Amino acid sequence: MPTRETYDDHVIRLFLMAAAVWGVVGMSIGVLAAAQMAWPALNFDVSWLTFSRIRANHTFGVIFAFGGSALMGTCYYIVQRTGHVRLAFGKLAMFTFWGWQAGCVLAMATMPFGITQSKEYAEPEWFIDLAIAVVWVSFAVVFFGTLARRRIAHIYVSNWYFGALIIAVALLHIVNNLALPVSLTKSYTIYSGAVDAMVQWWYGHNAVAFFLTGGFLGMMYYFVPRQAQQPLWSYRFSIVNFWALISIYMWAGSHHLLYTALPDWVQSVGMVFSVVLLMPSIGSAANGLMTFNGSWHKVRVDPAAKFMVLALVFYAVSTIEGSMMAVRSVNSLTHYTDWTVAHVHAGAIGWVAMITIGSLYAMAPRALDRPAMHSTPAMNLHFWLHTCGLLLYVISMWAAGVTQGLMWRATNADGSLTHDFLSGLIATQPYYLGRFLGGALVLSGMVVMAWNLWHTAAPARAGLIKPILVPAPELIPEPVPDQFPAPLPEKA
Amino acid sequence: MGSYKHWEKLEKNALLLGVLIAIAVSLGGLAEIIPLFNDAQTVKPAPGVMPYEPLRLAGRDVYVREGCYNCHSQMIRTLSFETQRYGERSSAGEFVYDRPFQWGSKRTGPDLARVGGKYSDAWQRAHLLAPRELVPRTNMPAYPWLAEEKIDGEELQARMRALRTLGDPYTDAQIAGAAEAVLDKTELDALVAYLQGLGVKSLPATAAVTP
Repeated sequence: MPTRETYDDHVIRLFLMAAAVWGVVGMSIGVLAAAQMAWPALNFDVSWLTFSRIRANHTFGVIFAFGGSALMGTCYYIVQRTGHVRLAFGKLAMFTFWGWQAGCVLAMATMPFGITQSKEYAEPEWFIDLAIAVVWVSFAVVFFGTLARRRIAHIYVSNWYFGALIIAVALLHIVNNLALPVSLTKSYTIYSGAVDAMVQWWYGHNAVAFFLTGGFLGMMYYFVPRQAQQPLWSYRFSIVNFWALISIYMWAGSHHLLYTALPDWVQSVGMVFSVVLLMPSIGSAANGLMTFNGSWHKVRVDPAAKFMVLALVFYAVSTIEGSMMAVRSVNSLTHYTDWTVAHVHAGAIGWVAMITIGSLYAMAPRALDRPAMHSTPAMNLHFWLHTCGLLLYVISMWAAGVTQGLMWRATNADGSLTHDFLSGLIATQPYYLGRFLGGALVLSGMVVMAWNLWHTAAPARAGLIKPILVPAPELIPEPVPDQFPAPLPEKA
Repeated sequence: MGSYKHWEKLEKNALLLGVLIAIAVSLGGLAEIIPLFNDAQTVKPAPGVMPYEPLRLAGRDVYVREGCYNCHSQMIRTLSFETQRYGERSSAGEFVYDRPFQWGSKRTGPDLARVGGKYSDAWQRAHLLAPRELVPRTNMPAYPWLAEEKIDGEELQARMRALRTLGDPYTDAQIAGAAEAVLDKTELDALVAYLQGLGVKSLPATAAVTP
């Protein structure tokens, strides 16, 4: 090597800031939607402020704009650090940043005006889908291009998850969004009825699997050992869990359609695979938590570690819950109720948001050339706002869901139904207030994070950042082949 | 320990890793989706189920645009407390002309799969424009703008042609008559017509053109 490479961190800083902005935007819309469930007049009779139109703005905003920006930023950070190599195709990487932001803005600006496919988590119309596909393929080129020129022979487990994320989401996005355009603003999906339902939930469930689980596990596998200052508890366990997770998840989507008009055999296959899925899910969560062995004191002093530990706990909780909800008899109670909403938010606010926030707090000082985040008390404040909000939200929705499920199925001695539908809704309304307050707390935490990041980024804004050198090749030890991966040191 | 060598080869070869990931993630979808295309139960219309006639199709597109599926399902599950509340269980053959499907995933409001005819047209109109006037404790938002917009006949014809391309058996005569069928109809008229047809086995399209 004649000259030493530096890491390409500029695009990472941009994704970091974009994630903070989209987090605040997406969660603000969520709080508005939650307020409308409690006080329906809050749509002010304006079409583009109405719950049914903006719900997609909330989900798209937090999943793809906030989560997507965080994923792409951390992915670019991790693939460089674990390969000891600068990002390939720097200009294309910048294109993925601006392209992704443009796609998100376009989606967020069209959906409230009724330009929507009305397929859950795949609402943007065909022309936005095409733009997103182009950006995603560019993301794949940058990622695999960087992987191809890595200097560390072994590909670290985080990168397998990012690879699976890129490949699977491309497959899901393209297959689910195949549609015949009628005009710029309207298309019809090529699937209909029960087939469309299966394709949609194959997509919907695996968007959760590969975007909200796989991608964030990639983040977890890098930043948890980094923050715990411990080797991964079991590298071999991470291999087993990876292959089990990505192959089993894809079969589980039909558990969203239990007791429906979908053929029975597909429902049963989905249910069985969902229960099997418990193993690699719990395994991944356990692997992360056990990595903190020997470093548990950090949970007391390091806010980033707090976020990570609670994220893993909530990953375990919501994945056990998910497998149980995929069992027919449980599903007959939970489906169509707010329990589903509780489950997805335990996963989204608990697992996805907390591992993201923990990782951003771990990555931001390094990417922004600062010894630490601007304010540690602000990080602790964020942790407690987020945790209280999460618990208030999820417990409210659990209570609401169980109430609805039991009231819908209650029958009198003569076999007639005990409650009309409206009674179930009225019984739920106090919980909608709890959900609104919980969401508002989570949002306020995000605002604190955005403020903290803004101040941490002061040197970056002033252009004072020194690029970080890629480690010199002679400093990179080649592992002894037979001992690969290196056995863990014996614990005293 | 010995078997680890195979994994090691895989973990040092990005191309091989990528190919195996692609195979691993494809199997589930192939096994669960492809058979449905050849399953009569999922692709053949149930007896009496016809493509949506023009006004109802326009109404369905309004339903889809407004995102009604966010709070209303259209799927009566095979559970006794569901059939007691909403009527006969839904069957796959009832949905073959639904693009996209609107089974929903959350019931903040009741299921609508068989809501057709349960309320009068006048009730449905008034309820959509101001739900809390009729049901004080509901949290459904008002949709007053539906009464203001007219259905575009030419656009509807283009939509019917697209659906025909996708396999829905619309005839030339049906498409030609569509513009007239929705002349001066508002989105509210169309949506109410769609709701009133839900779960009622679709009448032949000709019957709707000459009421």
